[in-house]
Amino acid sequence: MKAPDFDYRRPADLPAALTLLARHGAEASIIAGGQSLLPLLNFRLAAPQLLIDIGRLGELKQLTEGDGHIEIGGLLRHCDLAASPLIAQALPLLHQAIGHIAHPAVRHRGTIGGSLAMADPAGELAACCLALDGQFSLLSARGQRWVAAGDFFQGIYETALAPDEILTAVRLPRGGPGRISIFDEVARRRGDFAMAGLALVAEAYSGTLHGVRLALLGVADRTILAPSTMALLEAGPLDQARIEQAVELIAGEADPPEDPAYPPAYRRHLVGVLLRRTLRRILAEAPG
Amino acid sequence: MNAKSRRIALTVNGEAVAREVPVRLNLVDFLRHDLGFTGSHVGCEQGACGACTVLLDDQTVRGCLVLAVQADGCAVQTIEGTSNNDNGLMADLQEMFLSLNALQCGFCTPGMLLSAQELLRANPRPSREEIRDYLSGNFCRCTGYQAIVDAVAAVARARHEEPRP
Repeated sequence: MKAPDFDYRRPADLPAALTLLARHGAEASIIAGGQSLLPLLNFRLAAPQLLIDIGRLGELKQLTEGDGHIEIGGLLRHCDLAASPLIAQALPLLHQAIGHIAHPAVRHRGTIGGSLAMADPAGELAACCLALDGQFSLLSARGQRWVAAGDFFQGIYETALAPDEILTAVRLPRGGPGRISIFDEVARRRGDFAMAGLALVAEAYSGTLHGVRLALLGVADRTILAPSTMALLEAGPLDQARIEQAVELIAGEADPPEDPAYPPAYRRHLVGVLLRRTLRRILAEAPG
Repeated sequence: MNAKSRRIALTVNGEAVAREVPVRLNLVDFLRHDLGFTGSHVGCEQGACGACTVLLDDQTVRGCLVLAVQADGCAVQTIEGTSNNDNGLMADLQEMFLSLNALQCGFCTPGMLLSAQELLRANPRPSREEIRDYLSGNFCRCTGYQAIVDAVAAVARARHEEPRP
């Protein structure tokens, strides 16, 4: 189908965009790459009165190294991040995940800010940001606030964004050189929405994992952490027995929606398969 | 001027174009209906099938997931404008698709060709796996993918073995 009728503005700078958004609020939608919004419009699942196109605002296209973190402008596209040596080196989790996001032609348009603001429960970048304990900058004419990824995602397509706010940047702490970063997912075909996926960061010493952050995608109404499994993995040395315990535990931490195509039990099974694969890889690659 | 249309100016296949367009018009419909470049096809209108693939500032995009107003000031290429690209790369791809039966109805072919061209520009000797990965966003419902992957691999091989002047 074709998109419904709407009006369109392309403000010249960020303050102008915020002013417009403050005036139109819930009747307006921000558009950047449009790779999630335009399908919704074409399906007539969204009907904003006004699209505010921020896609050309250069101030949201910065990639900067801060004190212990990397700050990613909301308008950086998936292909920009994939090509960035800084991302590959400092945030390998993100680098791995981007190859799973849709297809090249979509990655040329889709942005990190748009992907996070859409809050699809199967979103790869959302899970990465949660695993990395990232912070999101939410900016409005009223001011700026930083919200943790864990507080930002609130349900299917639901976030902490107020109607007058724009997600302008993502701050992700960079890890030490020994940090393990693994992203994996299962989809019917490359680029399809994941049926289940995980993003894991941890550090390993003396055969035990520490500082484990394990985020899941596609297995709940939003991206979620798996706190019981994280605690189990930190409780003692990683071995086959602990891996099997973790696989059993994580199935209970997933909370997949009813879905005739992929029933909850199947998604729970898949997330266990992914975790087993991930942990065996860590075990095999562990030094000494 | 109607409140819900905008005047845009862009380059399409090397020629400057200026038109007033409804803001809800997507790029591929603009190219087909306003400009007559019907080589870009409209399939799913939700970004899944890849039939509407065009180049926007030299990168493949879904023509159904870009508004025409978003292409204001940009350079667009459709399959009609790519024959002379890269020292005959597109012509070689088209010839090989024909000789290896990598198309039947032809609906997906322009999108397949543009994606394949982009792959071979960045990676002149891709593995079959890399070809399949790069074309994963382009659906074919006639021939299946074997012959298409064969054709892309054959062009890569031929151009590698016989460097052109």
